[in-house]
Amino acid sequence: MITLGAACLILALLVALYGAVAALVGTRGDRRFADSARRATYAFAGLLTICVVVIEVAFARTDLSLRVVADHSSTTTPGFYKLTAMWSSQEGSLLLWAWVLSLTSSAVLFATRHKHREIAPWATAVLMGLGAFFTGLMLFDANPFARLDPAPAEGLGLNPLLRHPAMAIHPPMLYSGYVFFSIPFAFAIGALITRRLDASWIRATRRFALIAWLLLGVGILLGARWSYSELGWGGYWGWDPVENASLMPWLVGTAFLHSVMVQERRGILRVWNVSLVCGTFALALLGTFLVRSGILESIHAFGASTVGGPLLALITIVVIGSAALIVSRLDDLRSTKRVESLASREAVFLVNNLLLVGLAAVIFWGTFFPLIAELFTGERASLAAPWFNRFTTPLAILLVLFTGIGPLLAWRRVSFGGLKRLLGIPTLVGLAAAVALFALTDARSEPLALIMFSLAAFTLAALAQEFWRGTVAQRALSGGSYPRALLTLFGRNRRRYGGYVVHAGLATLLVAVAASSSFQTSRDLRLRPGQSATVDDYQVTYKRPTAVIEPAEQRLTFGSVLAVQKDGRPYATLRPSRNYYAGMGGQGGSGPVRSFFEGEATSEVGRKTTVGGDFWTAMQPDLARLDPVINTADRRLSRIARRVPAGDAQAGRQLGFLQGLAIRAIEQRYLKDPPPANFRVNVNPLVSWIWVGGAIAVLGGLVAIWPAPEARRRRVSDVYAARLARELGRA
Amino acid sequence: MEIVLTLVIVLIVAWFVSAPLRRSESQARAAETDLEDPAIAEAEARKEAKYREIRDAELDRRQGKLSEADWKRQDAELRREAVEILKRLDRLRGRQSTNPPS
Repeated sequence: MITLGAACLILALLVALYGAVAALVGTRGDRRFADSARRATYAFAGLLTICVVVIEVAFARTDLSLRVVADHSSTTTPGFYKLTAMWSSQEGSLLLWAWVLSLTSSAVLFATRHKHREIAPWATAVLMGLGAFFTGLMLFDANPFARLDPAPAEGLGLNPLLRHPAMAIHPPMLYSGYVFFSIPFAFAIGALITRRLDASWIRATRRFALIAWLLLGVGILLGARWSYSELGWGGYWGWDPVENASLMPWLVGTAFLHSVMVQERRGILRVWNVSLVCGTFALALLGTFLVRSGILESIHAFGASTVGGPLLALITIVVIGSAALIVSRLDDLRSTKRVESLASREAVFLVNNLLLVGLAAVIFWGTFFPLIAELFTGERASLAAPWFNRFTTPLAILLVLFTGIGPLLAWRRVSFGGLKRLLGIPTLVGLAAAVALFALTDARSEPLALIMFSLAAFTLAALAQEFWRGTVAQRALSGGSYPRALLTLFGRNRRRYGGYVVHAGLATLLVAVAASSSFQTSRDLRLRPGQSATVDDYQVTYKRPTAVIEPAEQRLTFGSVLAVQKDGRPYATLRPSRNYYAGMGGQGGSGPVRSFFEGEATSEVGRKTTVGGDFWTAMQPDLARLDPVINTADRRLSRIARRVPAGDAQAGRQLGFLQGLAIRAIEQRYLKDPPPANFRVNVNPLVSWIWVGGAIAVLGGLVAIWPAPEARRRRVSDVYAARLARELGRA
Repeated sequence: MEIVLTLVIVLIVAWFVSAPLRRSESQARAAETDLEDPAIAEAEARKEAKYREIRDAELDRRQGKLSEADWKRQDAELRREAVEILKRLDRLRGRQSTNPPS
């Protein structure tokens, strides 16, 4: 099967190259080549599907003759994680990238097979060009079908940090988000080349852009959730370069989604829109580059590799090519129309563009500053969270403000009287929130957080007003109850009201970010069993240690039971722990027992979640006291291992059994004479509202994406057509 | 066995991808007529967008975002623009029916 997979990968490259060339021939008007190129795209998807199936079967069977399986899985890796291990590797994740690209390209070309006769062939050429690039990258730099001869007896296993459900779907979500943005990018390039710069290319690809934005957003949220739950540092966002690399295309993509609405309605902001979509895709490629090149250190990175150079070359081509095309088409892109009034939705969307692109620019500078500094000074500097927070927070605050103002305004213009009427209640709510928070809480100690809370209150009030007024208007039109009117309102205006739900979710999320970061209490404690410490209003007592051996996963867990009291009353019992794994990258020369403790370890946090916030703790036992036991076990096992003939499977199994006994002895020692443990204890106000706000935003995105039934669209169009026909008769 | 399977896949892919290149003249003409005229498609897209604008303006009026006077002015302008688009569509469709694609 491996030979079949490898052959399909080579064939996929040839088909992608043919597809790109045939599409270019098709741009000259020869329909046969355009159709052949489209079929090549479908064939490309089919071939890569075979490749993915072959690789997944190899992982499921733990076929260690395949290097990617031997390096990222093992016989003891749990079944579910065997299947998701494919994208923990450079090779597998490139295959995933190319596969999702092939599927989405096939979907959009199928949907537009009778349309866009001039743009579609150019889009096909771009998409197949990208497909050929990624397939070529696999074949020449990171082949998922590379073999090992002889095959090892056991694999290295999956990085324990990735043994988490969020991590299983986080990479496919992110890659899908990146890849889906290639669709509007490819059609934008086609539109620029053919000078078909009206909104039809936007209509063809809007849903793909929305799906990309949604998937990328979900991927980012999952990553933050995983960080908060697994990494043991207590945070959800560390301004890590790879985190930033996923946020930048999401921000610019958000600007694109808003800005295209203006072009569809008013025919303006066309330069903005082609620039935004090209920028979004370039940043998506940049994110792919950062993870794979080894150029920046990150927990997310695959490490140094040879794919960085070609990826950088692709990014350069995309940036320079897009810029050259846009500049050459400026005359066609410029519109005679203008934004008519500052008090209009178009004006707010323009401000929105500036804020989102500004945020992305700040993050870009902060992320790449270490590289740029190293180029000039020879020393690598770095910009940490305080720098990012200082410059992104004011922009985020303004964003929340305009997230509230935008929905209130009408297109084209709103009169001054109308403005007063629309802004009145939300402004009062915002001011009331500010006064109440200032007077009744310690929010005044953090002015920026206070401003964020007040503006979020304004925004949520503005959105509630929108829902209320819309429901009343709908009810006046169609009768029935208020809930029914609200449902009808959503059903007939999915994009608008789905968007409002997204705004509500994001406002909620940003409030939670402000609260949990500005008002967090964090303390590091060192406790022995029986000892207590005070954190804020809580008393934390280390009751007793726990230890568990999980042979199936080759895992040793040292944990603790903490009793937490608040104001003298029992509040929670938490069980943070630390997991150690056999053979996970321990230092060269480590003994078989020491390797458990020097490789990659994971944290299981202890957490009590309430509406008001989280009480969060992670632990790390001080293992120094166990050193003599570990060293003795290693010496004995090493002496025995030296006498075991190489390749003697039975002797190897017996050695493994002895290692297991040694680990059990250490486990018992830990329980009988537990060493002190270091605990990080965080009190995170409102942090769970980050996930709630994110879920609300995702729900809003799904509403906005969901297509209205064709019959309803036609009915609405027909009604207007009839009314306008009367006008035509009078014209 | 894998080699045979690979060869079969190669043949299937080659046959599938080259099918449009093996079309007869009449099949090629039929495929052309299936295609949407880009100018008509653009006008249809503008028409839908204009209808959406008219609908949104009416919703804005009902929600009190637009005064009656502002709405009447905007609605009249939007309808004028929609009428122009419908006239253009009529011209394009008329032109298409007298000049079918070759």
